Amino acid sequence: MTQALDTARKHLLQPAGLTDGDLDRVLAVLCAPGLDGGDLYFQAAHQESWVLEDGIVKEGGYSIERGVGVRALSGDKTGFAYSDDIGMAALMEAAGAARAIGRAQQDGRVAVRREVTPRDLYPPLDPLGTLDEQARIRLLQSLDAEARRQDPRVSQVIVSLAGTHEVVMVLQTDGTLAADVRPLVRLNVHVIAEDGHGRREQGSAGGGGRSGYDFFLDRERGLGYAREAVRQALVNLEAVDAPAGTMTVVLGPGWPGVLLHEAVGHGLEGDFNRKGTSAFSGRIGERVAAPGVTVVDDGTLEGRRGSLNVDDEGTPTNHTVLIEDGVLRGYMQDRLNARLTGMPLTGNGRRESYAHLPMPRMTNTYMLAGPHDPGEILASVDKGLYAVNFGGGQVDITSGKFVFSASEAYLIEGGRVTRPVKGATLIGNGPDVLTRVSMVGNDLALDTGVGTCGKEGQSVPVGVGQPTLRVDGLTVGGTQS
Amino acid sequence: MSQAQSPELDPKALEAVVAQVLEEARRAGATAAEAAASRDSGLSVNVRLGEVETLEYHRDQGVAVTVYMGQCKGAASTSDLRPESLREAARAASRIARFTTEDPCAGLADAHLMARDWPDLDLDHPWGVSADEAIERARICEAAARERDARIVNSEGASLDSFRGASVYGNTHGFLGGYVTTRHGLSCSVLASEGAGGMQRDHWYTVARHAGDLEDAAAVGVRAADRALRRLGGRRLSTRRCPVVYAPDVARSVIGHFLGAIRGGALYRKASFLLDHLGRPVFPEFVHIHEQPHLPRALGSAPFDHEGVATRPRDLVTEGHLSGYLLDSYSARRLGMETTGNAGGVHNVTIDAGEQDLEGLLREMGTGLLVTELIGHGVNTVTGDYSRGAAGFWVEGGEIRHPVEEITVAGNLRDMFMNLRAVGRDVDRRGNIRTGSLLIDGLTVAGE
Repeated sequence: MTQALDTARKHLLQPAGLTDGDLDRVLAVLCAPGLDGGDLYFQAAHQESWVLEDGIVKEGGYSIERGVGVRALSGDKTGFAYSDDIGMAALMEAAGAARAIGRAQQDGRVAVRREVTPRDLYPPLDPLGTLDEQARIRLLQSLDAEARRQDPRVSQVIVSLAGTHEVVMVLQTDGTLAADVRPLVRLNVHVIAEDGHGRREQGSAGGGGRSGYDFFLDRERGLGYAREAVRQALVNLEAVDAPAGTMTVVLGPGWPGVLLHEAVGHGLEGDFNRKGTSAFSGRIGERVAAPGVTVVDDGTLEGRRGSLNVDDEGTPTNHTVLIEDGVLRGYMQDRLNARLTGMPLTGNGRRESYAHLPMPRMTNTYMLAGPHDPGEILASVDKGLYAVNFGGGQVDITSGKFVFSASEAYLIEGGRVTRPVKGATLIGNGPDVLTRVSMVGNDLALDTGVGTCGKEGQSVPVGVGQPTLRVDGLTVGGTQS
Repeated sequence: MSQAQSPELDPKALEAVVAQVLEEARRAGATAAEAAASRDSGLSVNVRLGEVETLEYHRDQGVAVTVYMGQCKGAASTSDLRPESLREAARAASRIARFTTEDPCAGLADAHLMARDWPDLDLDHPWGVSADEAIERARICEAAARERDARIVNSEGASLDSFRGASVYGNTHGFLGGYVTTRHGLSCSVLASEGAGGMQRDHWYTVARHAGDLEDAAAVGVRAADRALRRLGGRRLSTRRCPVVYAPDVARSVIGHFLGAIRGGALYRKASFLLDHLGRPVFPEFVHIHEQPHLPRALGSAPFDHEGVATRPRDLVTEGHLSGYLLDSYSARRLGMETTGNAGGVHNVTIDAGEQDLEGLLREMGTGLLVTELIGHGVNTVTGDYSRGAAGFWVEGGEIRHPVEEITVAGNLRDMFMNLRAVGRDVDRRGNIRTGSLLIDGLTVAGE
């Protein structure tokens, strides 16, 4: 038995006194004639968070969550019930409710267990055990001091730290049995700077991943966030109004990859494509990006925020090529959509918790590097916008229209980066924006581990990345026309 | 099939949970503590292309406790309401409080502000809809949308939800209060397509405390279809400055940005573009914005806030002047003021409606943009800078000319508020912010 399974049994089954025989009885309810099977998803998580503000550790919180989700499938129908009581009575009740979807009456036979060998992308540790409380407090204080030390114009510093330890276990009626122990840490620094004339601006930086808190001490990562947040706020203090209109935009490496997440990522999720509601539906094999553009979704990167050893349906994660040299190659799938469309599983079945249904979701989505030096890309633009940092984005997958909002951007004039401009929303059309990519940089970077993706009310941690890109024609939503 | 609502939503049982966790906090050394417990159950169905797609039974519960050791604070929450878990949560919160720093402003809201008697706000109307009935109603809704027009080519389905939940709050002042609420909703989302043009999707929804107050199922479907159809043939605009009418469902977000800027947390952090604006003009003189926490059956009604403080009707903007902030006890102490009963948020914020309907506002605008959808997050509360993705309709001579898409609308919220020319009487009551359409002058539209 894998170590993760061992941990999962200890955390999830033993406290409730559940045996393998019990689980088979529950699964049998989901194997009834008229059903295509189903799954049980056990989850136990605890999380803590700390907030420093005004130089003092103002708040701390701790939460415990545990429960089990029971899903029954019949064709494209799903029945679902869940319980925060992991006990046999609650499990049987949930299974009975979920299977109503198939109008099934009698129980069926459960397949023989098949243990999934998960990947080994992160240590199965509890972040809360990796630094004692005093050391966590010192970490927060050191970032506050570092931010304030950078510049006297820094007027407010908020540092937040969070760590989660999550144990999940999945049993499918086809015998699939998998478990995963998922640490996740996140640190963020938010600063406000004042110029002495009443102008205030903000800057924000942070990161994290599937590891312990020592991640932030390694190579002064945490202190680096503090410096970066201050740098951004000070840049913004000098920013002039952003331009309005369609222009050439150069996107920096790393987090600006949120472009890919919004412009093409969501549109390539299997559920939308099975239903034909995505602007990318039925377009596999077609050109959707310029030659030289290759986009992948990769849940197998070590220690990354968006990585998983197995997805929430027990499928090992994958390196999935979505767009290869400009041509659409594949979609991201969960079990339901892969089965209904006859496509391979990609390990993208994810859910926010036991109380939510799984669906196809991204993991780490990024564009591979190209041949161009970033300096060469900037020098090629006579007049345009250089956007290096972004807040969130959003997409309408049906019309393909997407937005993402710049939080740090500069004008490009005569091939040179000149004045900083205020944040503005950029809007484009997903199916054609990547056809306008005219230069791809050689500086691929992934984000620092800050992304959270929302879909149908469910949030999951994700990663994005890209090299410097030149896009010929994106609409910049500033105020200077 | 089983009923949507379980009978276990007894506030008395939750009151016992809150009392116990407060007692555990005291035992763990807390000098003060507060706790909130909730339990919800519900049913959601989604019908797509005439067939059931998902049938979900929801049942959630949780308790959150905050303890104070003098002026140090710690918090914990758990979804497990067994006695040993409540003890564990109280201890975890107490342990955290040993590591947080003394904060002179931390603590419960003052005892004299606790709600004493509160009106029955008529918020609990169990529906008892069965899964079969829910499926049938969703089916009628989606069918009406799909049968509306041959150009409705696909569907994301129609969903019906019915929830009932109890929540209880208590603290060591001796306050202990709770109430039960229901929330029922029906929504529909369909896709329209015509010729070689792309697909367009839109939706409509109805939501209410009482199932009898929901819009007719077929009417919801028809409205969703009409909204998707009218977007067909959308074009871009060239970059320009023009007036904008925000339709009521998106106008709500504009009022929401105003509320974000007068929140105590943004004010004491000096992270608001409306810092120090109390008593100063922020809107034109005709504007009156107020909170109505005790509206019967309304979605934002509450007898007391998340600190047990009695809610009361109050003004936020009077004759265009900022007349009230949104404070909880902590931000109030930071600002040297008194809480306004807004711990946890606002309660039925209403901007007084004008006399014209949407058509009237478009005629008053003459030439400009009607915005019916906004996407993205381009709002900076520190500076008021505003830039969002938009779709809607180009209007000339007060008449809609054609749909527009892939544009942005941008400005600064401080200017946008002052440039509010009119509020429509087409008030959308489906949320906690109630507003009609808003006509605002001088935004920048970026497009081709």
